[in-house]
Amino acid sequence: MKGVIHSFETFGTVDGPGIRFVVFFKGCPLRCLYCHNPDTWTTSGGKLLSVDEIVSNINKYRNYYQNGGVTISGGEPLMQLDFLIELAKKIKENKYHLAIDTSGWCFNSKDIDKYLELNKYVDLYLLDIKAISKTKHLELTSKSNESIIDFARFLDKEHKDVWIRHVIVPTINIDEESLKSVRNFIDTLSNVKKVEVLPYHTMGEIKYQKLGIDYPLKGIEVPSKEQIQLAKKILLDKED
Amino acid sequence: MSKIYEGWEGFTLGKWSQDEVDVRDFIQRNYEPYEGDGSFLEGPTEASKKLWNEILSLSKKEREKGGVLDADTKIISTITSHGPGYIDKELEKIVGLQTDVPFKRSLQPFGGIKMAEQALSLYGYELDPEVKEIFTKYRKTHNQGVFDAYTPEMRRCRTAHILTGLPDAYGRGRIIGDYRRIALYGVDYLIKHKELDKSLLDDEMTPDKIRDREELTMQINALKDLKAMALEYGYDISEPAKTAQEAVQFLYFGYLAAIKDQNGAAMSIGRNTTFLDIYFQRDLKKGLISEKEAQELIDHLVMKLRIVKFMRTKAYNELFSGDPTWVTESIGGMGIDGRTLVTKTSFRILHTLTNLGPAPEPNLTVLWSKHLPIGFKRFCADLSIKTSSIQYESDDLMRSELGDDYAIACCVSGMRVGKDMQFFGARANLAKCLLYALNGGADELVKDKVTGKPLQVSPKFSKVTSDEALDYNDVIEKYDNMMEWLAKVYVNTLNVIHYMHDKYSYEAIEMALHDSKVRRFFATGIAGLSCAVDSLSAIKYAKVYPIRNEEGLITDFRTEGDFPKYGNNDDRVDQIAVWLVKTFMNKIKKHYTYRESIPTMSILTITSNVVYGKNTGNTPDGRRAGEALAPGANPMHGRDENGALASLESVAKLPYEYARDGISNTFSITPNSLGKDD
Repeated sequence: MKGVIHSFETFGTVDGPGIRFVVFFKGCPLRCLYCHNPDTWTTSGGKLLSVDEIVSNINKYRNYYQNGGVTISGGEPLMQLDFLIELAKKIKENKYHLAIDTSGWCFNSKDIDKYLELNKYVDLYLLDIKAISKTKHLELTSKSNESIIDFARFLDKEHKDVWIRHVIVPTINIDEESLKSVRNFIDTLSNVKKVEVLPYHTMGEIKYQKLGIDYPLKGIEVPSKEQIQLAKKILLDKED
Repeated sequence: MSKIYEGWEGFTLGKWSQDEVDVRDFIQRNYEPYEGDGSFLEGPTEASKKLWNEILSLSKKEREKGGVLDADTKIISTITSHGPGYIDKELEKIVGLQTDVPFKRSLQPFGGIKMAEQALSLYGYELDPEVKEIFTKYRKTHNQGVFDAYTPEMRRCRTAHILTGLPDAYGRGRIIGDYRRIALYGVDYLIKHKELDKSLLDDEMTPDKIRDREELTMQINALKDLKAMALEYGYDISEPAKTAQEAVQFLYFGYLAAIKDQNGAAMSIGRNTTFLDIYFQRDLKKGLISEKEAQELIDHLVMKLRIVKFMRTKAYNELFSGDPTWVTESIGGMGIDGRTLVTKTSFRILHTLTNLGPAPEPNLTVLWSKHLPIGFKRFCADLSIKTSSIQYESDDLMRSELGDDYAIACCVSGMRVGKDMQFFGARANLAKCLLYALNGGADELVKDKVTGKPLQVSPKFSKVTSDEALDYNDVIEKYDNMMEWLAKVYVNTLNVIHYMHDKYSYEAIEMALHDSKVRRFFATGIAGLSCAVDSLSAIKYAKVYPIRNEEGLITDFRTEGDFPKYGNNDDRVDQIAVWLVKTFMNKIKKHYTYRESIPTMSILTITSNVVYGKNTGNTPDGRRAGEALAPGANPMHGRDENGALASLESVAKLPYEYARDGISNTFSITPNSLGKDD
């Protein structure tokens, strides 16, 4: 079995604890307005790689990841669930700390056994919560958020460690009400080890130009210092 | 029984004090490793702040005046040429300027009078006619000597820029005097030893011996001049330094004499903090100084090192993207006995980046080992994030070759302090050499002035005649031949340069602060490594079709298919890089090198890769004519697609044994992409 891979980052420092090898899967069901990796939306043009090919590549850098590990990101890793399970198993056999960076949208209770199997190999999920309001979520990502909420509850039930990541975008989800709804949801979970507020940035815009896609957030500014502060205050109880 | 000096009170004596010059032995017996953090450090004193503000205001005036505030047009710079100069005599704990007025640039014509004249006229000054006459009619310069001996082929290589940055019109630099010797022994002791060395050179008067005797006499005279210069500032440096203040001051006098005597491209200062720390510790224990005063001495030394200035031409500044002096100070590292060489003074000198603000000079270089104390590692990392002003080099790599008392000249060039010197050799452009291999040594960018045709730089080698896709084996064979030729003309050119530099611009004071039996390196260098390697990879793994101009020269390429690129930890291409480094170095080694020097090679350009790129046509890797080459051993910009570690692993495959003069990798990263604060 082979997976469709977009690329690797050997020196990942922002996707989980420590220095990490990041595997970017190709293909994603969502179309988030603020997505900064539109080149990972479709599976076309991806590299077809086997588990062994990927893991032997990771092993070349083993010494660097002693305090970090491996993160599988995307795209959406859960879209290639069977391959993901195989890869996660092998990574765990090689004794790396493993994180999966996902929206959770693919979660489906009929695949519950597969998700339970995956959980055996994963140390941490980086879960992107985009919006709690269904209409807002649809507007923001083109899909509803029911399965995402289900996935968060499933991980909670299974006592899997989670970092919640929340991208804040001016005019879209930066108002107090949206932020509070996210906070309230997080408060219902007992497995959240960390919450990260990620301010929207425009570094992805150039990729849209290259791909010939209209940039959906054209004209929207990055969040102001005050807006970031407000978000951190609400989501992290933190003032800085 | 050897004499015990007052300045040695409290020190553990040993081999170093028994009629020997052995600074390392002194350090090993007396230094105190420091394993703590930076919490003991003090901020700047009022005097330091005031002095630094005066320097900042002079710097501002200098910028407003177009880059040079004042320049000497008449007095030729020597160790004793100018009387004492001060920024603010009352405030300065460490004194000494290059001329009698702060920011006034000195006149250094021994490297070449044309260069000196051009540099002056660029900033609106006129060289004194009498000086010009003397250095044209009566006193030969290094530059004149070199051009008297250059062959037409060497001149063509220079014109076409396949050899670039050659130190044939300016000081070669890169030599580091062991300035610590002045503080530890005093000048009289050093003179006595040099006189002894000279007396041993008798019997048959071979040309080598005659030269050695002449040079030793020049060294002794330079040491006497050094004493006279210090005396003008009110310091008697004939005997060892008695206090920390004197140790810093004596050491700086030695460095000052060097920069009054020489305007080398890199005038590095050595490895001084562990040594100086012994004096600080002694004074601190005696209660003679406080931590605040210790820091003040280092702050004042660093201020002086920040205002080292030379007159440079426009071409020089373009080559180096500015007006750098490379006052490199090497800090930290580990001893061969396993103790760290980090001391509190290692922290103090880095702390100047906080006390005085960030600055590119002096080039503070941390000799990094995985065994360094964690407190020091954290301190460095924190300062790097805040100031982006620290250079790092692998102590673990260099220590195995050079022991634990080496220092860096310029950016990456390691030498044992006071025991090794080097003949700086700029670099050969291997990307351009590949184009020569395709075109049989004709240069597409430079015309022959007589015929108007492309300049035939090398002898006419066989060129690529087919218009089919380039054949890898055929290209490699041609490239190998062209490198064979290039290595030979390169080494010979450097032989001429260094013969003449010794003859007309000898670094007497710097060599006086070396052992008389010195080990010499012949420091060649290469540019355009990654461009040449990716080009070869393209020819090997894709199909590269040549495109010719009207004259039939290959000036462009059409590439079908993809190819592996250096910088992705992919052995298919990285091994081409290893092959290229080894191959060129082996060709260098074949030739006679001046004064029994040991040939070495660097893969180093920090800024000059931009100019080298301007002189290099389209290359098979897809790079367009005139675009910059990558700096040093860096992958080509944007071609490393797997993140920093893959890129660094590719570079790390290059064999240091074949590039003993150092391998540089310029790595830029924004603090945000190194992780998050919370």
